[in-house]
Amino acid sequence: MTHIDVRSALQSSVKGNFSDLVTRHTGAVVRTVIEHQIAGLADGTVVFLDFSRIGVLDRSCADEFVAKLIMPLSRDHSQQTGYVVFHGISEDHLDTIEAVLETHGLALVVQFEGSTKLVGAVTHDERCCWDLVMTHGSAIPETVAVHTGVPDEACRALLESLARRRLLRRDAERFLPLGTATA
Amino acid sequence: MTAVINVPATLDEAGFEQVLEQLAPLAPDAKVLVDARHCRFATPAGLTSLLCLAQSRVEKPDFAPPTDETVQSYWARSRFFQYAEELYTFRGTVLKPRTAQDSDTVLEVTPIAKSEDVHAVVERVKDRATHILTTKLHLETRATMGFAMSLSEACQNVVEHAGRGGWVAVQAYNWTKRRVGRWVVVISVADAGQGFRSSLETSRARAIAGERWSDGDALEAALTQGHSRYQEPGRGQGLKGIKSYAHRHDGRLSIRSGTARISLLASWNDGLPREEGLSPFPGAQLQIIIPEKVAET
Repeated sequence: MTHIDVRSALQSSVKGNFSDLVTRHTGAVVRTVIEHQIAGLADGTVVFLDFSRIGVLDRSCADEFVAKLIMPLSRDHSQQTGYVVFHGISEDHLDTIEAVLETHGLALVVQFEGSTKLVGAVTHDERCCWDLVMTHGSAIPETVAVHTGVPDEACRALLESLARRRLLRRDAERFLPLGTATA
Repeated sequence: MTAVINVPATLDEAGFEQVLEQLAPLAPDAKVLVDARHCRFATPAGLTSLLCLAQSRVEKPDFAPPTDETVQSYWARSRFFQYAEELYTFRGTVLKPRTAQDSDTVLEVTPIAKSEDVHAVVERVKDRATHILTTKLHLETRATMGFAMSLSEACQNVVEHAGRGGWVAVQAYNWTKRRVGRWVVVISVADAGQGFRSSLETSRARAIAGERWSDGDALEAALTQGHSRYQEPGRGQGLKGIKSYAHRHDGRLSIRSGTARISLLASWNDGLPREEGLSPFPGAQLQIIIPEKVAET
């Protein structure tokens, strides 16, 4: 588990002591900084991106930073094995992040107001399965199927899809949440 | 021979149309004198557009500043003269700003040319915008973030699409005696760049439109359909965000470019959603008006 302070990444990318993630240009340079940090981590590491010291996040910057950071992780045959959780986000950040995720058909795990949420483009059944894994701490598809009412095979496919999109971790037959943030 | 362009007493969005109408018959290299002596009131849209006017002329225009000392003092405090002095040849002297800032000015006329300028603008307006939005417009503190986001996106349009630098200004007004009947905050971002039609020349919207491609079509493609000159998915988010913020707060958003204007109208505003056949505007001018929140009846 690794913690990355987004404000520090911003300050190393842009001249001036700014706290806002605005403009496409800034989004691109901050993403590059964070991608380099993530690339140096061990396979399967869960990275907590901490937004708690970020003020404004505009949509153009979020599109360049958030969407393009998540996109390679969510591909079917992604070369990347890490996981990303957004931590310390505000309601405004959440609105902006959700808008860009929906535009690209992406989803993300965020920690908001003390709870862990799945945001972005997910179906009702995917959300039910994800919630169940979160509640149980870890689960096999059969357990999830019993509790959600989604048929076994469909449930397995949904969980595999969520794991492929880096929204759950997988350990053999079991599916696990991405973990909790350290302060 | 110098053509005299009379600036009307009220230099707002509508007032600047009168300026453009006088400019329309003139050749781009014609010498002009912009006569603002009788101007009594100017909005951010008026001031930023006047700077764009000067940038769009081949020959440096002359400028006669307002004669009224109160008006001149406001224009000085808004930093209009600071930039206008580089773009116009002044006929007559102007006051230097005596006080740092007008109490209802959220952001004085400020140039924008690069990403760092947008950061600086957002950083500068946050505290002041919070104060004005909460005390005068009675919006929640949270509205400040959306306001800063909208401002940032509007400024980025210049950096990304105009092809040259532009101007931004933000001002609060008590429009009790004017149309809205309450306090408003006005954001104006203007540039003398290529305009929406040219910017979208390589867009999908342009390809679909074929022969029927006008300034109005370009504005509608950008604002209503979210088209951008960049083909990658996710582009066009900025204007979408501004629209959403304006709509949430019953605000008015208008964009003037070339010979057209497109507006997202508010409940208090009875203008036209799309106007065409106007006198050419050099570049683009975006205006967002957020009104004071009133109790629902």
